[in-house]
Amino acid sequence: MFNIQYISEILPSLLSGAMMTLQVFGWTIVGSLILGVFLALGLVSKFKPLQVIIDAYVWLMRGTPLLLQLIFVFYGLPTIGIVFPRYEAALFAFILNYAAYFAEIFRGGLQSIDKGQYEAGRVLQMTYWQTTKKVVLPQVAKIVLPSIGNEVINLVKDSSLVYVIGIGDLLRAGNVAAARDVTLVPFILVGIMYLVLTGICTFFLRRVEKHYSYFK
Amino acid sequence: MLELKNVSKSFNGKMIINKLNLKIEDGKILTIVGPSGAGKTTLLRCISGLEKIDSGQFLLDGQQFDPFESRDNESVIGVVFQDFQLFPNLSVIDNITLAPINVLNQSETQAKKAVGEIIDRLGLEEIINQYPYQLSGGQKQRVAIARALAMNPSILCYDEPTSALDPELRNEVSKLILDLKENGITQVVITHDIEFANKIADQTLTVKPVK
Repeated sequence: MFNIQYISEILPSLLSGAMMTLQVFGWTIVGSLILGVFLALGLVSKFKPLQVIIDAYVWLMRGTPLLLQLIFVFYGLPTIGIVFPRYEAALFAFILNYAAYFAEIFRGGLQSIDKGQYEAGRVLQMTYWQTTKKVVLPQVAKIVLPSIGNEVINLVKDSSLVYVIGIGDLLRAGNVAAARDVTLVPFILVGIMYLVLTGICTFFLRRVEKHYSYFK
Repeated sequence: MLELKNVSKSFNGKMIINKLNLKIEDGKILTIVGPSGAGKTTLLRCISGLEKIDSGQFLLDGQQFDPFESRDNESVIGVVFQDFQLFPNLSVIDNITLAPINVLNQSETQAKKAVGEIIDRLGLEEIINQYPYQLSGGQKQRVAIARALAMNPSILCYDEPTSALDPELRNEVSKLILDLKENGITQVVITHDIEFANKIADQTLTVKPVK
């Protein structure tokens, strides 16, 4: 069964599954990075109640399985009248979950910058935002990149969890073909496609890291 | 001339500076010496506006001013920090021109031209495109001085300028500070090194911890 003809027969459905995987991946990255930055600013702010709330949020999101969160949003919330379509439910759960991880990563990055850098900016009459933008954020970006990269790779694979709420992603496409044709080939193809996706991500992450290697 | 009148500062109820009166003459070097914990750095942080004083006043050429509030784009006080605090993500020239470009709204060309003389005087031509991690301690210090001078401060302050450097470089630093004095720059130097202070000082303030 491991022949070119069979592969070309199932490839279209696998590719359309991969497109769904990429969509979940792409929107989650965009949404959770933005949300994560704001949560991190909240975590380092001096406003205690905000800190406590975000801490609790992060604890909840990182302390329970993403699979449970996904099932809870899609199958659980409708019992109290909150209904999300499948795709929206997946994005909602993924963005909330990944934003918590990113918030912690950004918080660490922000806190690792010497307070003296702000003071140096201040005695040069620069405003807080000028110093943040020109001096602090480039340093934070460099520091957090490796950790962000880890999460990005994780997300490529975690996106397969949408399987449980019936979304036709790459893994589901492979599983359907494997069950129908009683063969391992689709699983192997699915594995290869995940490897390609994570390989591309790794390549781009390295490029970005290299961009920041001009300073230490 | 900068004048301090009855300046006091305390932290958590502990008095650090108690009714200090001080005059810093134009073009002179004032050294502030004393043991650690005597409030030398706190005094510098108050003068440079990083801490708010509890009471008293500052007069600059007879005009009252508050370094903590002052945000009129005029850098009255320049600071060379003990650990320099250069911006690691910026090259030497960008470290020096960042504030002139962003605060004084100079164009990049204008700013580079304006700091040419400072770069010359401090001998930084050869390293202007390097990044802070590539520099020696002495070079970092000269970049920090150039960065502060680029904002045309009335007074340049140093926090322990010899402590982060090899002992052999001590003479270099005193020579540099005296050179800048020749150029008419008013300087305040905090140090625990009395010998070093004696070499450069026109005026010395000895501080003791407040009992």
